[in-house]
Amino acid sequence: MPAKRSASPLHAARAAVGCALCAALALPALLFDSPLVLGAVVLAALAVGAAAGAGRALRRALLLAAPFALVIALLNPLVTHNGLTVIARLGEAPVLGRIDVTLEALAYGGVLGLRALALIVCAALYAAVVDPDEVLRLFRRVSFRSALTATLATRMVPVLQRDGRRMADAQRCRAGAAPSRLALVRAVAAGALDRAVDVAAALEVRGYGSARRPPRSRAPWSRHDLAFAAAALALLALTLGGRLAGAAAFGAYPLLHGAWGAATWALAAALVLVPLVPFLDRRGIEPRGASLAAAWGRR
Amino acid sequence: MSALWLERLTYAYPGASAPALRDVTLCVEEGELVVLAGRSGSGKSTLLRLASGLVPHVHGGSVHGAASVCGIDVREHGPSELAAVAGSLFQDPETQIVMGTVRNELAFPLENRGESPAAIARGVEEAALALGIAHLLERPTHALSGGELQRVALAAALVGRPRLVLLDEPTSQLDPVAGDELIGLLRRLNEEWGTTILLAEHRLERCLAAADRVIAMADGRIACDADPQGFLAWAHDHAPALETPGARLLAQAGLQPPPVGVKQARQTLRLNGALPEPDRSGLALLRAGPVGSGCAHDRLPAVARASSPPPARSASPAALRLRGVWHEPRHSMPILRGVDLAIAPGERVALMGRNGAGKSTLLRHVAGLALPTRGRIETGGRVALLLQNPNDYLVHERVADEAPVDALEAVGLAGFADRHPRDLSGGERQRLALAIVLGGEDVEAPALLCLDEPTRGMDRAHKADLAVLLGRLAATGTALLVATHDPEFAAGVADRVVLLADGAPIADGAAADVLSGGWYFATETARILRGSGGALDPDAGAALVRAQLAGAALDPPPADPHPAAPPDPRPTEVRRR
Repeated sequence: MPAKRSASPLHAARAAVGCALCAALALPALLFDSPLVLGAVVLAALAVGAAAGAGRALRRALLLAAPFALVIALLNPLVTHNGLTVIARLGEAPVLGRIDVTLEALAYGGVLGLRALALIVCAALYAAVVDPDEVLRLFRRVSFRSALTATLATRMVPVLQRDGRRMADAQRCRAGAAPSRLALVRAVAAGALDRAVDVAAALEVRGYGSARRPPRSRAPWSRHDLAFAAAALALLALTLGGRLAGAAAFGAYPLLHGAWGAATWALAAALVLVPLVPFLDRRGIEPRGASLAAAWGRR
Repeated sequence: MSALWLERLTYAYPGASAPALRDVTLCVEEGELVVLAGRSGSGKSTLLRLASGLVPHVHGGSVHGAASVCGIDVREHGPSELAAVAGSLFQDPETQIVMGTVRNELAFPLENRGESPAAIARGVEEAALALGIAHLLERPTHALSGGELQRVALAAALVGRPRLVLLDEPTSQLDPVAGDELIGLLRRLNEEWGTTILLAEHRLERCLAAADRVIAMADGRIACDADPQGFLAWAHDHAPALETPGARLLAQAGLQPPPVGVKQARQTLRLNGALPEPDRSGLALLRAGPVGSGCAHDRLPAVARASSPPPARSASPAALRLRGVWHEPRHSMPILRGVDLAIAPGERVALMGRNGAGKSTLLRHVAGLALPTRGRIETGGRVALLLQNPNDYLVHERVADEAPVDALEAVGLAGFADRHPRDLSGGERQRLALAIVLGGEDVEAPALLCLDEPTRGMDRAHKADLAVLLGRLAATGTALLVATHDPEFAAGVADRVVLLADGAPIADGAAADVLSGGWYFATETARILRGSGGALDPDAGAALVRAQLAGAALDPPPADPHPAAPPDPRPTEVRRR
């Protein structure tokens, strides 16, 4: 899912600020177990994506990640024997031993699945709204090769997606039986490696290997930079403050317990609303429907 | 100082049984525009990769001998260091684009050199203007067409003002218009910036007129190093597969010197009174004029076949019938606009048009990979589609696992059953992919075979082999629909040509009519003869010219008050063989 330049305050902000906002959104998903907070992170990422004109891309990421999250949620009660409330006895199984499904393990599986979903949606938001080329410029002063590797990983995603679509089309054109999944996976992997070698060669002949330290950028901070940076800092403060204050506490074992009071709800609401506030200022941004992408299409 | 200097250089890829370059000694001076010719696997790409430093620093392998680029020792310095003096452009532009927008792509090489922001901005602007891509600067690179990507990749190679530019088949994915524009652009860069250019190309007729020198490679060695005319003379005697259609046309008509381009060929014909008038039917000349040799009679059927009208469209049942087919993506302009097309069983149709005209989309609809938003598609049976990249079909470890034995036999790969598909050459992979889509005897024979740019990156000999193979298939009743940018191949394989523009057919007729009347979508023979007699290939053209010469001998043309300058200043001037 490549970053698509849209006319939005977030796209107008510098890459460092975009990265910071995405990281600040993802942080509560790592520090809290509360389903309410995790749900708030998913909701916030989707809302920010929609406000930035990347709603469709994020919805697609959500749909792709949902089965993965479900598998995590269902797997946990099978492999975890903690919890006191047994809701099903599935008998003996090789390797796993006796399987007693507990309500607590099921609930914690849901938490793990939700956390995975939140992190994937935050990553999708990053990929959709932060320009990888700017990220490269941002980090090349620190570690050029690491920055380029990270940037190219993003860049390779659409290339490999196109390769995959082409290969799928080619397999539909076969006259005989379709090849096995293993053969396909092997071919896709080999194709990806070929691609990687090609891109490495292209980088070398563009002088990447002897890249020199670039001069520091002196671009002044815009109002959008400041607004989203403030939002990222506010999210960070909310997350750390909430954690230190013990807000939104949640535990699954041995019995389910958690804080569902006003503080938890306020924290969740703040996590959703704070990153949306900077979108209220659209000065200097083209009106909706006249995005750069649309302008490119008209040329 | 030489732009490229090699001394007794031998190179072998890791694990290869034979060297890819053998004892090559070569010196390319600064400011030269050199064309590298040769069949697939002759060593052209390896030579270019050596000059860019990818060989041996990225690909590995063993090197013996000496090599330097603008004074920098290739064995000691890698591609990143050579990038300061040499820019490279390879076949597939998609793998050479590494940044998200065109502006960033052009800025990347300059940023790597540590240039100041002002220098980067200026360099990007100038390169974009030079290549006519200023309007693309803010576009995301994943949204560019193949032709646009190729230009952007070339601009990225040129943005640092390299002294040497290395290009490996840069026109292989371009339509004739974009291909000619690219060659013209290279000539301009060579003349105005003094950039040395080393260009590997299969379609030599496209670039010989712009070249100062041609180096032909065979089996890793330099087989010929001469000016374009000297190369053509050598190719006539030693490597007919490298001869351009124009050179073959004049050679078969008994005229010299071999022409490096259309203009020179016409001058030679005009000086001999053998340039047919565009308004006079060459076919009529053949029939009415005193034919001097039996050869002319031998060639007549070729002309007559080319000039014959396409088979009846109303033939029933049709192998394919499209009625008002539209493809209208939700967020962009329509790609197909009400296409009506019927193809009879056994008919051979070439689909031509510039990049983005809708050729591939049309084939995908015909093969059922996409559904029309409006209109109907009826087929007379199974439709087989060979997509552009044969590698996309190859998923197994053995050739025999990819396609049944009888299909392999049909495409001439029966002896390759135990080979790994990725070890095959490009032409062999193309044939293997064809076997995969055709299937064996247990599968219904296709009523229609669609091929999308099947000659991309193929040399002339492989194209001829493919044309023969397709001809055999068509003889069994399978109709052919071939999307191609290559007029020479279209003329060789098709008896009908459909020209597509903006998603709708704008010309549909016999190959002799469509391919002889244009500037771009025309064979070199047709362009030389200005479409006379519908002659598309050198054999038919030579028959026409011989008839014209025989007619001129009986009825000499009036003296030209403004004779054209002879194309070759040598004292032999223009003479008949």
